[in-house]
Amino acid sequence: MRHSMHAGIIAAAFTLGTAGFAAAQQAPTFDAVKARGVLNCGVSTGVAGFSNPDSQGVWRGLDVDGCRAVAAAMFGDASKVRYIGTTSQSRFPALQSGEVDLLVRTTTWTLAREASLGFQFAGINFYDGQAFMVKRSLGVTSAKQLDGATVCVQPGTTTELNLADYFRTNRMSFRAVVIENVEEIRNAFISGRCDVYTSDSSSLASFRATQGPNAEQYVMLPEIISKEPLGPVVRKGDQKWFDLVRWTFFAKIAAEELGVTSANVDQMLQSQNPEIQRLLGVTGGLGQMLGVDNRWAYNIIKQVGNFEEIWERNITPIGVPRGINALWTKGGLMYAPPIR
Amino acid sequence: MPPPDRVSGDKRDAMPNQAATADPRYTRRPPARRFSLSWRDPRVRNIFWQVVILGVVGLAVWWLAVNTMRNLEVRRIATGFGFLEREAGLPIGEHLIPYSPADTYARALLVGVLNTLRVAVIGAVLATLLGTIIGIARLSRNWLVAKLAAVYVEVLRDLPLLLQLLFWYGLMQGLPGPRQALKPLEGVFLSNRGIKFPWLVWEPAHSAALLALAGGLVGTWAVSRALRARQNATGQRTPLWPFALALIVGLPLAVWAAMGAPFTLDMPVLRGFNFQGGATISPEFAALLLGLVLYTAAFVAEIVRAGIQAIHHGQWEAAGALGLKRSDQLRLVILPQALRVIVPPLTSQYLNITKNSSLAVAIGYQDIVSVANTTINQTGQAIEGIAIIMIVYLTISLSISAFMNWYNAKIALKER
Repeated sequence: MRHSMHAGIIAAAFTLGTAGFAAAQQAPTFDAVKARGVLNCGVSTGVAGFSNPDSQGVWRGLDVDGCRAVAAAMFGDASKVRYIGTTSQSRFPALQSGEVDLLVRTTTWTLAREASLGFQFAGINFYDGQAFMVKRSLGVTSAKQLDGATVCVQPGTTTELNLADYFRTNRMSFRAVVIENVEEIRNAFISGRCDVYTSDSSSLASFRATQGPNAEQYVMLPEIISKEPLGPVVRKGDQKWFDLVRWTFFAKIAAEELGVTSANVDQMLQSQNPEIQRLLGVTGGLGQMLGVDNRWAYNIIKQVGNFEEIWERNITPIGVPRGINALWTKGGLMYAPPIR
Repeated sequence: MPPPDRVSGDKRDAMPNQAATADPRYTRRPPARRFSLSWRDPRVRNIFWQVVILGVVGLAVWWLAVNTMRNLEVRRIATGFGFLEREAGLPIGEHLIPYSPADTYARALLVGVLNTLRVAVIGAVLATLLGTIIGIARLSRNWLVAKLAAVYVEVLRDLPLLLQLLFWYGLMQGLPGPRQALKPLEGVFLSNRGIKFPWLVWEPAHSAALLALAGGLVGTWAVSRALRARQNATGQRTPLWPFALALIVGLPLAVWAAMGAPFTLDMPVLRGFNFQGGATISPEFAALLLGLVLYTAAFVAEIVRAGIQAIHHGQWEAAGALGLKRSDQLRLVILPQALRVIVPPLTSQYLNITKNSSLAVAIGYQDIVSVANTTINQTGQAIEGIAIIMIVYLTISLSISAFMNWYNAKIALKER
């Protein structure tokens, strides 16, 4: 619970203490990860569908697969990831200080986070939006009826800021209960300390999905009050690392588009389609340009899967339809630039 | 005593050799040692080591500063306190001064500081009262009372504070919702939204009465000084209480009555989601205050007990021989002496309660740490944010120390 405090201090201490070698090296993060042989990946703790250890202690989720895909591209082995659980407040210090190489933690892409925190977003793996959840027994059907409500929200999120904006815009008042720990804030909502729980709609769906038979007691209000493009984040200052993370994500989209799956990827190596040949490293030598093995995308698809498989495995069980997260060819927003 | 080799008013004596001739007793001085730049001279060694240590510390600070700036630049992290002027956008549940998310980060942080002070000050007062009662109870001749106090101390002080806070907060959340709120008294509601109770509709007359009360307190103090001076001069005792009653109770009441004696209660009413009107104690604040007070009181109790036991038994016997009741022995003879033992460790407890209030983060009470953490997260200014937290706690803690040191000096045994 005091993790955020620690993280803040660690970040401050790191910035104070670490020698500034970074400027001298061209690719400090890329080289460090390669030398270490394992990827330190910052994820959330306990958001079903995004990152959550299962009953065997194996991390699963859309964000976790984001980490695994990068490890597969870099090392040819998706298991070479060390997961570091972060809270909404500890995530940025963890990335700034170098505790994690990559942050895939339902983090919203905003201008301030790139321009003043020293981060770069490598893509959008989930187009989300903020929503409100209430108990069915409350009888509320619209967010416009929430004047005077008590709202549970996690601190240090865009959610917190959007919440204030929304109530201000609609000239309503609210009272915030702000708790950092995701379990604590959900307990507060379940116990009735708050009338409303607000977060990204995906996260609310994930919460509802973990309530078992009680899921029926909770309803999501129809209003989506913000754009929340979630994606993987890296520190600025290592373009090579940024490129790898970005194109790892695009490879998953391209694979879905081309119909390459973990099941058929071996047959696809014989494909005559030049796009597939380039993607799987049969021709083109694209992997070398990124500084990794030419079979980088093959490894991603073989070990982690294409984006559709990842979605089906993680997001479908929590009951979120693909919606705007479908491929651009199917009316969604997922689009990869040419891999060539 | 320094030798009075100068006598004021006599200019000639300002010259040392003149003074020397005036009184040879004071002219004896140790022979002036010749200063030699040798390693064997202890003064040279002292200066050398001090310069070395100062240099090392200075270098370390310089290195940290330069390195920080460089790292921040490499990581393209903005620096400076300019963010304090920006709009915060943070919702803060409890605020002693008007606040909305449209206000600046500076104001949000100020709200956090006031929230910290609020819980620390109220907590310190309550913990002292409760701790003193329990400390005295532990020494009670009544077996049951003494044992109960002992059990209280051992249980409360041996459990981690964070655990206790989560326990109390969990308990608060276990209360029924606002629509099924418990109603122990008319107009008082206990629910998982906090404790709601009726409160005065504030009018100018109430402010005036409060001012009159403050004036009455000052007046009483002045009268008591005058009466004591009179007693010292003439030996005549005049009772203080009629003056005190008139000034502290009579004056505010008179002012209030003169201004029309307004008295309307704002009753909490269930409307919409929650209660409207009345005053609220939030579950977060209540849990934090309860946890801090109960925990710290256990330590204060031990300090009080130790302070009382530090007074020699003869003092009790002497007081008893004067015919004082046991409670009067304690109040008039033992406690004033015990205070000298109690105050220094009590200072540490006040510092602890202030710093422990930062555990508020865990249960969602927005103190300075909580607000500063969120600020760090929204702006990315970790170094500035941590610096603000440090400055705030340092200021509060040093103020407490200064006050307690002053108080300690005041009650210290006056040796003449």
